[in-house]
Amino acid sequence: MAHNQPQTIKNFKRYLRLSGLEPLVVTPESNFINVGERTNVSGSRKFLRLIKEGNFTEALEIARHQVEGGAQVIDVNMDDGLIDGKEAMVRFLNLVIAEPDIARVPIMIDSSKWEIIEAGLQVVQGKCVVNSISLKEGEEEFIRQARLIRRYGAAVIVMAFDDVGQADNYDRRIEIAKRSYDILVNEIKFPPEDIIFDLNIFPVATGMEEHKRNALDFIEATSWVRQNLPYCSVSGGVSNVSFSFRGNTVVREAMHSVFLYHAIRAGMNIGIVNPALLEVYDDIPKDLLEHVEDVILNRRPDATERLLAFAETVSGKARERKTDLSWRESPLQERITRALVKGIDQFIETDVEEARQNVDKPIQVIEGHLMKGMNVVGDLFGSGKMFLPQVVKSARVMKKAVAYLLPYIEADKDERTKSAGKILLATVKGDVHDIGKNIVSVVLACNNYEIVDLGVMVPPEKILQKAREEQVDLIGLSGLITPSLDEMVFLAKEMERQEFSVPLLIGGATTSKAHTAVKIAPHYQGTVVHVNDASRAVTVAADLLRTETAAAYKDKLKKEYGDFRVKFLDRSRTKSYLTLNEARVNKLKIDWTPEMISKPNNLGIQVWKDMDLSILDAYIDWTPFFRSWDLHGKFPAILTDPVVGEQATELYQDALTMLKSIYQEKWLEGRAVFGLFPANTVDDDDMEVIQLKSPGEPDTESPVVFHTLRQQLAKKQGVPNLALADFLAPKETGIQDYIGCFCVTAGFGSAEKVKAFEAAHDDYNAILLKALADRLAEAFAEYLHEQIRIKYWGYAPEESMNSDELIKEAYTGIRPAPGYPACPDHLEKQTIWDLLDVEEQIGVTLTENLAMWPAASVSGYYFAHAEARYFGLGKIKEDQLADYARRKGISKAEARKWLAPNLAEQE
Amino acid sequence: MQSIQDILEERILVLDGAMGTMLQQYQFTEQDYRGSRFKDWELALQGNNDLLSLTQPDAIAAIHRQYLEAGADIIETNTFSATSIAMADYGMEDLVTEMNRESAKIAKRVAMEFSSQNPEKPRFVAGSIGPTNKTASMSPDVNDPGFRAISFEELRIAYREQVEALIEGGVDLLLVETVFDTLNAKAALFAIAEVKEKLALDIPVMVSGTITDASGRTLSGQTAEAFLISISHLPLLSVGFNCALGASQLTPYLHVLANKSLHAVSAHPNAGLPNAFGGYDQTPEEMAEQIKEYLEKGLVNIVGGCCGSTPEHIRAIVELVKDYKPRSLYVNR
Repeated sequence: MAHNQPQTIKNFKRYLRLSGLEPLVVTPESNFINVGERTNVSGSRKFLRLIKEGNFTEALEIARHQVEGGAQVIDVNMDDGLIDGKEAMVRFLNLVIAEPDIARVPIMIDSSKWEIIEAGLQVVQGKCVVNSISLKEGEEEFIRQARLIRRYGAAVIVMAFDDVGQADNYDRRIEIAKRSYDILVNEIKFPPEDIIFDLNIFPVATGMEEHKRNALDFIEATSWVRQNLPYCSVSGGVSNVSFSFRGNTVVREAMHSVFLYHAIRAGMNIGIVNPALLEVYDDIPKDLLEHVEDVILNRRPDATERLLAFAETVSGKARERKTDLSWRESPLQERITRALVKGIDQFIETDVEEARQNVDKPIQVIEGHLMKGMNVVGDLFGSGKMFLPQVVKSARVMKKAVAYLLPYIEADKDERTKSAGKILLATVKGDVHDIGKNIVSVVLACNNYEIVDLGVMVPPEKILQKAREEQVDLIGLSGLITPSLDEMVFLAKEMERQEFSVPLLIGGATTSKAHTAVKIAPHYQGTVVHVNDASRAVTVAADLLRTETAAAYKDKLKKEYGDFRVKFLDRSRTKSYLTLNEARVNKLKIDWTPEMISKPNNLGIQVWKDMDLSILDAYIDWTPFFRSWDLHGKFPAILTDPVVGEQATELYQDALTMLKSIYQEKWLEGRAVFGLFPANTVDDDDMEVIQLKSPGEPDTESPVVFHTLRQQLAKKQGVPNLALADFLAPKETGIQDYIGCFCVTAGFGSAEKVKAFEAAHDDYNAILLKALADRLAEAFAEYLHEQIRIKYWGYAPEESMNSDELIKEAYTGIRPAPGYPACPDHLEKQTIWDLLDVEEQIGVTLTENLAMWPAASVSGYYFAHAEARYFGLGKIKEDQLADYARRKGISKAEARKWLAPNLAEQE
Repeated sequence: MQSIQDILEERILVLDGAMGTMLQQYQFTEQDYRGSRFKDWELALQGNNDLLSLTQPDAIAAIHRQYLEAGADIIETNTFSATSIAMADYGMEDLVTEMNRESAKIAKRVAMEFSSQNPEKPRFVAGSIGPTNKTASMSPDVNDPGFRAISFEELRIAYREQVEALIEGGVDLLLVETVFDTLNAKAALFAIAEVKEKLALDIPVMVSGTITDASGRTLSGQTAEAFLISISHLPLLSVGFNCALGASQLTPYLHVLANKSLHAVSAHPNAGLPNAFGGYDQTPEEMAEQIKEYLEKGLVNIVGGCCGSTPEHIRAIVELVKDYKPRSLYVNR
C-alpha cells in the first residue's frame, strides 16, 4: 500500500474568506481589515462628480489609489438620485475587473437597492461582500436576499436594523444581531463566517443625554456578538463617532484612535477608516487621551462638557461660531487667506487697508494678498474640501475687498488687473432663469476670470456685440426652458456666420451633452462644450484659455463631441416609432363611468393675493434646493452626511434665517390664480374647456381648446401611448368631465431685494434668495394642489399627508406643467394665460419664449382621474408635427420651432 | 450501490481521458458529422464533436467503453460545448436539450453495463459542462475594457438548459470544467443550484479550473486560492484543475487546493504540453510517472486525463493509483 502517509489536512477554520484576483482570508491574527470608501458616491464628492460626468477613467484612478494606499477591500456605492445606479455599478465594476492592480482586492458591493446589489454580483468573479441587508423590510425579504447572496457566492454585511428601526442601544443591537444570526445560520444554513455585523456607530459628545453611551454600547455589543455568535465579524464606519467635533481635527483623530483601540479589542475586525484621520493611539497626549476616553467609554457624567472645554485648548483654531478671534493675531497674509477661506467679511477692509499700506501700488494687493488667498480657496474647492456655498461666501469677501480697493486703483491710473481671461455670460433671449449662471459667474470670478455678465433675456445680437466690444475669450450661455435650446443653436449659427472663433460654453438645466454635441456643435467651427456644474466650469475655462493646453484640449473636445454625436445618432436610429394614428389606437383606454368623476365644489376662476407664505413652510421640498448649490443628497439625511453634512447644515441654517425674514418682513409676495372648468376630450388629443360667463352659466359657444401631444415611441405589448387628453373623458361618452389650470408665484418682491444684495457685493444672499423664492413657488404649487384636492375640487376630501408623501406625489391626480416632459410644448402656456387672464389677475407675464416672469412661478393643469400620471412624451414624428400645427392653426415651421427638442431625428 | 462520497474516502478515483483526441482517430468527414438527419443543414458541421452523439452515437459509445475497459471510474459525457451559446456557431441552439440528453443516455447505458458486470467497482457518469466560447469577465475588445460579450444572466439560462437535459438523461454527477473565467463557472453553479432546488435532487458537483500558464493564474486572472474561494459557496464534491498544462506543471497549484480545500481534489492534466503541431507526445508511462508525484504527496482524490490522453494513459493511471491512499478527506466541519 502507501509509500507515504498522505498529507493530513489541518482543521479547517471557519474564516471569512474573500477574493478578488487574490485571496483575502480574515483570521484572528489578521490586522484590522481596512475598507476603502472613496469609490462611494456618498463617501467622496470627487468620485460622485466623476461618475455623474461619466468620467469613469478618472473614477478608476480613485479605486487604484485606494488599493495602492492599502485598502484591502474596496467599497463601491452608486446610490445617488441623479445616477442610474445599476448602470453605473455594472459599468464601473466591469472596468475595475479589467485592471489587475485594482481587481486583486475583493469588492464590497454597497447599495440600499437590491437590484443594484444583484447587478453588481453578476459581474464580479471573486467573492464579494454585500453591503448590506437587514431585517428592516421583514424576515421574508431578508431570507430571500440572503439565499440569493449565498447562491451568488458572497459574504454579507448585516445591519443592526429591523422592522422596528435601527438599533441604538446595547440591548437592541444584540437582539437584532442574534435574531439575524439565528435566521441566517440555523434556518437557511448561511455560513456564520460569511456574516459581518454592522452594529451602527453613532456620534458621542453631542450634548444629548441619550447619546452618551453610543460608543460604549457599540463596543460592548461588539464584544457580545463576538463571544456569542461564533465565527462572524463586526464592522462599521468609524468617522461617525466624532461627528460632533468636525472642524477640530486633533480631537477627531484622537477620538477615532481611542474608539478603534477599544472596538478592536472588543472584536471589531473590519471597518471604514480614513487613514489620514487617525492618530496613533500611543501618540495621543495623556491629558487629551484621558478626556477622550472619558467620552468614548462614558466614564463620567460631565465627560462631554470637559472634552468640549479641553478641545478649545487643544485646537488653537477653535470654531469661529464661538467667535474665537485669536486668528486675528496671526500675520496679515494668513488673516486675509483665512477670511477668504472661511468667508468672513467682518475685518476684510481693515486687513486690505493694512495690505495697501505695505505695497507700492494698490493693485498689488489684489494680485498678491487676495489672489494668494483665492488660490487656496480654488485648491480646496478643486480637491473637494470646500463646497459651493463656501466658495460663494469667499467670493463675497473678495468682492468687498476689491470694491474697497477700486477707488485707489482708479486714482493710480494705467492700472489694470491681469485676469486669467474674460468670459461673457448670459441667459439667452426669452429665458429668465439665472441661479446656475450666477453661481458659475461667481466661481469663475473667484478663479481670477473677468466676468461680463449680461443678465437674463439677452438677445443674440446683444451677446455678440458685447463679445466683440469686450474682446472676450469665452462665451457662456445658460437657459432653463426648452425654447432656450433653440436660442443657443441660433447663436452658434450666428457666431459662425459672423466669423467668431471664441469657444462657446453651454449650460443650464435643460441642456445636455447630447443636445450640445448633436444640435449645437455642428453649426460652429469653434469649440463648443457643455458644462453643467460650477466646479467643472473652472477646469474647462482653464484648459481652454491656458496657451499650453488650449489647442490640444480643443482638438480633444472636437473629437469627443464628434464621436459622441455619431454614437448618439446610431443609437437613436434604432428606436422604432408608431404613426400618429397607430399611437392613437394604442391610447390609454379608460372605461369611463359617471361615478369616476367628481364635480368640483367651486367651478370658475379664483384669485389669491398677499398670501401668507409662512403656511408653505411644511411644503418645501429641500432636496432640489441643495442640488442647486451642488450639494447632492436627500434632505434631511444630507444634513448629517459625512462629506457635505457640515456645509449643508450651515447652508440650511442660513436659508432658515432668511426664510424667517421673508415671512416676517414680507420680502416676497405670493399670488395665485386658478380655475376649474367643465371639459372633455375631443378628436383623441384635444381637450375642449368650457368657460363660465358667470358661476353656473357655461359659455358653450366658444370653448377654449388645449392641444396635447401623444407618445409615438413603439411600446411593449399592453403599454399605452399616452397623451394628457387620455386622462379626461371623451365627449362621445356623454359624461361631463372637468379640468383645472393654475399659476402661482412667489417671485414678486425678489428683484428689489436681490438688487440690494448685489449692490452690497453679496452674491451669496442674492443667490440664496432666488433659490428660496423658487422653492416657495414650488411649495405654493404643492399647497394649492392639495387645497384643490380636498376643497375647491374636493375629489379627495379625506386626504391627509405629510410632506414626504407630497414630494413623492403619493396622492391622486396630477398637475403637469407646459414645458415639462408630459407636455413639452410651451405654447399651451399662452392658452392658460388667456383662459385665466393670468397677467391681468396676478401680474405674471410670459416672455417671447414663454418663460414666466417673475421666474419663481409655476403654472400647469389639474387632472383628477385616478389613472392620471406623469409621463415623458419622448420623441415625436413629422406626422404628429403636421397634425399639431393644423390643430393649432399655426405654420408647420412655427410648430417645429417650439417642438424641436422633441422631434425624432430624420432618417 | 456505494455512494461516490463513501468511495472517495477509501480510494483514488480515476476519471476518463480525452474525447476529442479519440474522435480524431475516426477521421470523420463533413458528411459523417451531418449523418442523414442534418444532410441539408445550412452551416458546416465538421468539428461539432458534441453533435456526434446524435449522428455517430456508436462511435461515442465505443470510446466510453474503451475508457471503462481501461478502468476509469468516472466517464464524462460528450457535452463539453453543448450549450446554446457555443452551439450558436452551428445554428444548433435548438438541439441543445436533445444533445445533452442523448449524450447522457449513451454514457449511462455503457456505464451501467460495466457496473452490473462488476458491482464492486461501480462506474459513474459525469455530465461535462464546458466554459462556452464567451467570457463574462473579460472584454473581447481591447479598446473597450468595460465591454462584455455575454452576461451572467445569459450564461445562467444556457447552463440551466444544459443541466436539466443532462440530469434528464441520467448523469450521476455534474462536472463544471476547464473554467478559464470564474464568473462563467459561477453562472453554471447558480443554474445548478436552481435546478437542484427545483428537482429536490442532491446531485454531486465537481468543479475544475484551468491555470493557463506558468503565471499560476486562470485566464481571468485569479490565483489558485482566489479561484477556490470564489467557487466554494455551494456544496461541492471536488475542486480541481484540468487542461492547459501537463501533470508536473500542475503540481504547485494542486498543492494549494490540497492544503486549502474542504472538498475532494481532482486533477486531469493534458498529456504534457503540445508539440509544434498541436499534438501531444507524452506516453502513458511518462504521464503516470509525473502523476506519481501527486500520489506520493497525497494531493488528490480524483485523477484523469485531458487533451492528448487516451485509454492507454488511463490504464497506466489506474494501475498506478491502486497502491496509494487518497488525500485525507478528514475535515473538522
